[in-house]
This record gives sequence, structure tokens and C-alpha cells, in this order.
Amino acid sequence: MNERPLVLNDAASFQVNRATLIDPDILETERRRVFDVCWIYVGHESELRSPGDFRTRTVCGRPVIFCRDSGNAVRVFLNTCRHRGAMVCREAEGNAKIYTCFYHGWSYDRDGRLDGIPGEKDYPQSFRKSDYGLAEPPRVESYRGFVFLNFDPQAVPLAEYLAGAKEYIDLVIDQSPSGQMEVIQGTQDYDIRANWKLLVENSFDDYHLLTTHSTWLDYLKNAGVKMQRPDRGHLLPSHGVGRALGNGHATTDNVNFRGRPVAKWIPVYGEAAKPEIERIRAELVARLGEARAARVADTNRNLIIFPNLLLADGSSVTIRTFYPLAPNRMRVRAWALGPKEETSAARAIRLDAFLTFYGPGGLATPDDVEALEMVQAGITATHREVPWSVMSRGMGKTGEQLNSDELHLRAFWLQWDKLMRGEARPDR
Amino acid sequence: MKKRLPGRTAAAKVTRSEVEELLFREASLLDDWRLDDWLALLTGDARYEVPSNDRPDADPANTLFTIADDIARIRGRVTRLKDKNAHSEFPHSRTRRMISNVRIVGRNGAEIEVEANFVVYRFRRDESVREYVGHYRYLLRVERGALKIARRRAVLDAMELGSMGLVSFVL
Repeated sequence: MNERPLVLNDAASFQVNRATLIDPDILETERRRVFDVCWIYVGHESELRSPGDFRTRTVCGRPVIFCRDSGNAVRVFLNTCRHRGAMVCREAEGNAKIYTCFYHGWSYDRDGRLDGIPGEKDYPQSFRKSDYGLAEPPRVESYRGFVFLNFDPQAVPLAEYLAGAKEYIDLVIDQSPSGQMEVIQGTQDYDIRANWKLLVENSFDDYHLLTTHSTWLDYLKNAGVKMQRPDRGHLLPSHGVGRALGNGHATTDNVNFRGRPVAKWIPVYGEAAKPEIERIRAELVARLGEARAARVADTNRNLIIFPNLLLADGSSVTIRTFYPLAPNRMRVRAWALGPKEETSAARAIRLDAFLTFYGPGGLATPDDVEALEMVQAGITATHREVPWSVMSRGMGKTGEQLNSDELHLRAFWLQWDKLMRGEARPDR
Repeated sequence: MKKRLPGRTAAAKVTRSEVEELLFREASLLDDWRLDDWLALLTGDARYEVPSNDRPDADPANTLFTIADDIARIRGRVTRLKDKNAHSEFPHSRTRRMISNVRIVGRNGAEIEVEANFVVYRFRRDESVREYVGHYRYLLRVERGALKIARRRAVLDAMELGSMGLVSFVL
């Protein structure tokens, strides 16, 4: 990798070299030094219900089978036949008794063991089927239903890796009376013509809200949502902070003005939805007490789990993960998450609230995508003349860092830089 | 429909040619970004839906869609798209819609179910064309003698949105 400094950090300014967003060599280094040593999100346990349930997806560039084995444990197999390499599972989702590679007919059971080989007797005596089960990533662990893999056998346990992010995942889980959140069917799967790190920044950068999303704010205002006028020192309709959580994880933590299915009603939901939201709120208070209920329901948080997972607990709960396809292109995959025991009425409110802001057809996300694509287009041909992007907001301030400051963005970039220098694996 | 008939009677007489005329007019208005004129084609309870690519037949009440607008959000969407601060569509994409294989697949009182295939070509800046291929499922209703759109669902054939990127215009 190029040895030039990629991140400049001194007392007065924080700058990121724009080569980090366009250089193919940097992307190749990222694949090894970031994606192959960090815990990477695979899926949620609720996406698989029974033994044999599977979903195929691409994680860190690898095709995987995310599935439940014969004992109903969640497993991840690399989707490649041990014989000559073809993908053994070619469906997006389903339930399998065996995974059969159609090329030469090798078949694997739900536990990944090689089960059948046409013409087995023609292999040498030393050949043992037990040596040829489906390969698995060195590590697969989960935290509160979120399943991650790690290609580094020496990685710290997931729970340690998540560090301060756990507190914020717990705030999502507390929305369910039984502590069980589930992924709702329907996947948003789309490309952005921009470097993947730009979506990390954008996913929890609140500085852009007023200018990038003015039409969304207008939509809420026209629907009767009450918003404070941003006051002196605040760019946003409500107070919020940015926090670094360790290992490059970071979050915003905002007073909610935009409504929440659990459980803050806004006029966009319609009068008919009010009793349902009030019922959810009452359950929350009864179960968690006033203070914790208010913490869950009256704040919203966009949490980045380093390097490429966003839990946006805002207008609705979104799981969003994204991978580089090229330096200037990423694939985004997003799902909605809701409490398992949610009523059908509440589920409908949640999904409707989701689409008001999020996704490729939402009233806000498309403008984020446009912003990222404009950054990519702006820097690609000019990075030699204009090499640095500045990310110094909030530096030198004492006390809290606002959500419109850039402390949380810097936390991501500092961890990225540390890993890219090959200095250390994630720890804590 | 020259003479004003009760909706039920009028709907029974609607021909494919009249349905095509409505769909072609809608396509033309959308390609020309005449969004207020497009709104006038919709009923007061209209819905506009684009399902997620992996659940094309689902119900937006229990499934995440790409778009699932009731009439209020359709109007909000139009207000937004007319504002030059709707950055993803400013400058507006240029689109060209091909509508074909139009069929009346059901009649129920004043309502008519229609299916049609579409290809929508979308051009942005200096990028190569993005192609949106799929089929529409319409629910049309005769209201005060006029054929109106009560529901339009655009179902994309692609396995994922992928390189289409966004559905930031009206598909």
C-alpha cells in the first residue's frame, strides 16, 4: 500500500486523504486489513426459523449459506463445493434437507458434512469424506440475535469487540416485550456509485440534515409534525450528541422529533394510530419504568458498528449493511426490524414510517445517495489538486460533541487508519 | 365515454383501447414531469406501490416495500419532486416509458383490474441508461364518468434493484 499519510490528525484539524475513496490499491488493502479481521454482520437469527432453513448471501465478497443445522443452531457455510468449487446452494432462501452440488452430484447435509459422492469407490483409500465438509468462516458469533462472522481466527470475542455499541443494541432490543426483535420480510438491495466509507459517514452525519433533507423536513411540517426552530448553536430541530463507543463504533444520540413506532406518535401516523402507539408506550413504561421507557422511545440513534453495519433506530428500525464492489461503487442491503410480538396494526405503522424516510424510494435516502455520488464525482478527477477532506467540526470544544459535529466520524476514520497501518487488530 | 353512465354500468363497457389511452396518457405526463396533471388521474384514495424485489406479491402492511404510498404521501412525494431541493431528481431524470401487453384481467362493479408490461429508460447526467423492466398491476375505477387510477403497483423483474439504484422518480 501507498505509504503516504491517509488521515491527518492534530490539535487543530482532522483531514482525510481523498485517495482513500478512489484508490484500488487501498480497497485491496482494506479487504485484508479491515474486512478480514473485523466482525462482519451476516444476518439476524429471526431470518431462520427451523432446522434446514437457509438464506444465501454475499458477505465480505464471499458467497455464504446462512442457515440452521439439524440441531437448529445458526451456521454459516462458504457456498463452494469442496470438490471443484461450484456454489452448492443456488436459491436465495428456502429449507434444505441436503445441499447438492449439481455439477458432479456431491451432497452435504444440514450440518455441512459431506454426505454423498457418486462413484465414491473410485477415490484412493486415503480419501476420507469427513475431510471434505463445507468450509466455515473461522469464527461465527452472535449478540442478541445479530449474527457476525470473522475471518480472523485470533479475533477477540464479538461481545468484547462490540464494546460500547452493546448499550445501543440493547436499546433496540428493549423495544420488544420478550427481548426478541425480528427482521421483517422484504429486502432493499441497491447500488450506490460511491465509496463504501462515504455511506458510513453519511449514515450518522447529522450536519447534512437541514440542507440535504429539507424536502423531508417540509413533508413532516406539512403533515403537522411540530419542530422547534433550531436555536443558536444548534443546526437541528432537536438536541443530539455524537459519541465514540470504542473499536471504531460510534453513534448519534438525539432527542426525537421525527416520531417512533415504539413509541412516540406524530401526525404522519394518522389519528387512528394514536391508541396503538399509546398502548405500546404503556407496555414500555410498565416493563422498563418511566426513565428507561423514555430513553427507548424519546431518543433516536444511528449506530455504526465498525466497519459496515448501521442500526438506524430512528423513524423506524433499519439494519443496513454495505460492501465495496469497487472503489467507486458499493452494494447496500437493508431490512426493517420490529418487535416479534408487534400487532399487525403496529407492524403496518412501523413499515409505513420506515418508507417515509428510508430506502431507495423513500423521501430522504435518495438525496443521501445523490450526495454521496456527487462526492465521488467531485473528488475522482480532482484529488491531486484537492487532496484533503476536512472533518474538524467540534474539535477543541470542551464538553459534549453535538450530532452535527464530527467526533463520531473521526472515531470511524481513526480506527480505519489504525487497521490500515497494520498496527493492531481491534481490541478491548 | 361520452354519455354519463353510473360507474358500474360504465365500467362494464370500458374497452382495452380506453384503458390503453389512460395508461399512455399517464406515461406521457410522467415522462414530461407534469406531476400535478398526473395527480388528477388518481382517485382520492389512490395508492402507489413498488414492492421489494424479493417479495413482488406481498402486502405492504406486513412486508417492507420500496414504495407504499397512500394518497397523502403521493401528494407529498409530488410536492417534494417539484422542489429543486429534491436533490436526487434535480435536475430531473429524463425518462421514456414503453407500455405494452395491456390486458383487462378483472371487472368488479365500478372497478377494473388491468395488467401491463413496462420498460422505463432513465437517464441521469452523463451516465449510461438505467433500465427498469417489469409489469404494472392497476386498479381502475369509473368515477363520475371518468376512468381513474385507484391503485398502481409497479413490479420490477430484477432480483434486486442493484444498478438501477433508486426509485426516486415516479415509476
